[in-house]
Amino acid sequence: MLIPCPCCGPRDRREFTYYGHATFLARPAPDAGAGAWDDYLHNRDNPAGMTEDLWYHDPCGQWLKVQRDTLTHRVHGSEGLAGEAGA
Amino acid sequence: MGFNGARVLWEGLTGNRGWRPHWRKPAPKPAYDVVIIGGGGHGLSTAHYLATNHGIRNVAVLEKGYLGSGNIGRNTTIVRANYFLPGNSEFYSHSLKLWEGLESALGYNVMHSQRGLINLFHSDGQRDAFARRGNAMLAQGDDAVLLDRDGVRKLLPYLDFEQTRFPIYGGLYHPRGGTARHDAVAWGYAHSADRQGVDLIENCEVTGIDISGGRVTGVQTTRGTIRAKQVAIVVAGRSSQVAAMAGMRLPIESHVLQAFVTEGLKPVIDHVVSFGMGHFYISQSDKGGLVFGGDLDFYASYAARGNLPMVEHVMEAGMTLMPMIGRARVLRSWGGIMDMSPDGSPIIDKAPVEGLFLNCGWNYGGFKAVPASGHALAHLIATGAPHPVAAGFRLDRFRTGRGIIDEEGTGSQHNLH
Repeated sequence: MLIPCPCCGPRDRREFTYYGHATFLARPAPDAGAGAWDDYLHNRDNPAGMTEDLWYHDPCGQWLKVQRDTLTHRVHGSEGLAGEAGA
Repeated sequence: MGFNGARVLWEGLTGNRGWRPHWRKPAPKPAYDVVIIGGGGHGLSTAHYLATNHGIRNVAVLEKGYLGSGNIGRNTTIVRANYFLPGNSEFYSHSLKLWEGLESALGYNVMHSQRGLINLFHSDGQRDAFARRGNAMLAQGDDAVLLDRDGVRKLLPYLDFEQTRFPIYGGLYHPRGGTARHDAVAWGYAHSADRQGVDLIENCEVTGIDISGGRVTGVQTTRGTIRAKQVAIVVAGRSSQVAAMAGMRLPIESHVLQAFVTEGLKPVIDHVVSFGMGHFYISQSDKGGLVFGGDLDFYASYAARGNLPMVEHVMEAGMTLMPMIGRARVLRSWGGIMDMSPDGSPIIDKAPVEGLFLNCGWNYGGFKAVPASGHALAHLIATGAPHPVAAGFRLDRFRTGRGIIDEEGTGSQHNLH
């Protein structure tokens, strides 16, 4: 599996660390309540098909949001998260 | 159709012409008392225990493919009760006891083989952790023996004891651990449930869950509407999709776990052995193939096949531990889709919808749990109260933070297990 890094181009999956679904960037307000925090921390859509998840490129230190198909492992695109709030 | 030694002998002498299919192929009825979604190990064992223990026989098991076509046929067949934490410990202990009586309870040979399981350790710290785990197993009433290096050498003389990178300090021996023939477990439960009147309906995919006034009333399927008073979702690997039909978002992320088998060899590995310094475990099937596996590929996937980095890691770990297997040829590798929960432990609970039940989140430990999982879910469906050994597997433990069962001690968060 090759993942395109905005700094380094397409790189082998071995160079990346997986973090989980991109929903992790949508952090609720501290006072949003237990339900919102439970949903944020634990519950997932867990799509069978197109998903968007977070990967860290170990050599260059870039966080990425990767568009990927969980049924085929095909990577459709990625974007860097440098400068984005919460990243 | 019953099975016994005389019957096997007679059939053997007469060309095996008398065997019949092990279950009927009924058309779905319009309504049932209980509908179980998912004809895998857990769904079929739930049906068996509903009928056997609770006399509930107006039951259908709906399977979108053929019976046992999912993870019950994709696992590495290991049966063990070596858990540490309360919540898991009593559950898997109960499951192992059910395994030990399973063949006579089902009247079916599941080839349960208590060949012993040895988890190797490679440092003083690991020895301490395994000694503690062994004590927890003994306290639970199960068996555990802490072996030193010589003790391991007696049982597993073929390991590489000379290597210095990951020296073998000893192992935690669980003599009642072992393996079983995974497909036969599904077939045995199916056979038993069918004989007691449960309808096992294959090629019947659930496409919707009918809810009226906060109560489940039935399911929509590719073979029509089926009404039901109670519905259980037992579809680990696709739990999120089916739960979404009832408007639920589950604390589950799906990951792929790979496994491998070599060509058939003469008996060479007599136990189940796991490496403590990398992800590798191995046993030898009764057919002779070395069956081994490693860790998750570690990204969300439904592809039922893995990628090469984990293949490489598993092979490296295997060669580090037992170089003798290096010349064996790998026949196949495959992947199974795991319901990964945040704390690495399963969920057997009522759903927020009245009459709807959840059995999911088996992570990479579902096979050995099959008897106790069905036993506990049947109890929950029939009595409305959780079975004492599965009372910890609550859905709300993530929200409340009470009763998190984090066996690995890494934290209750996705991507850590």
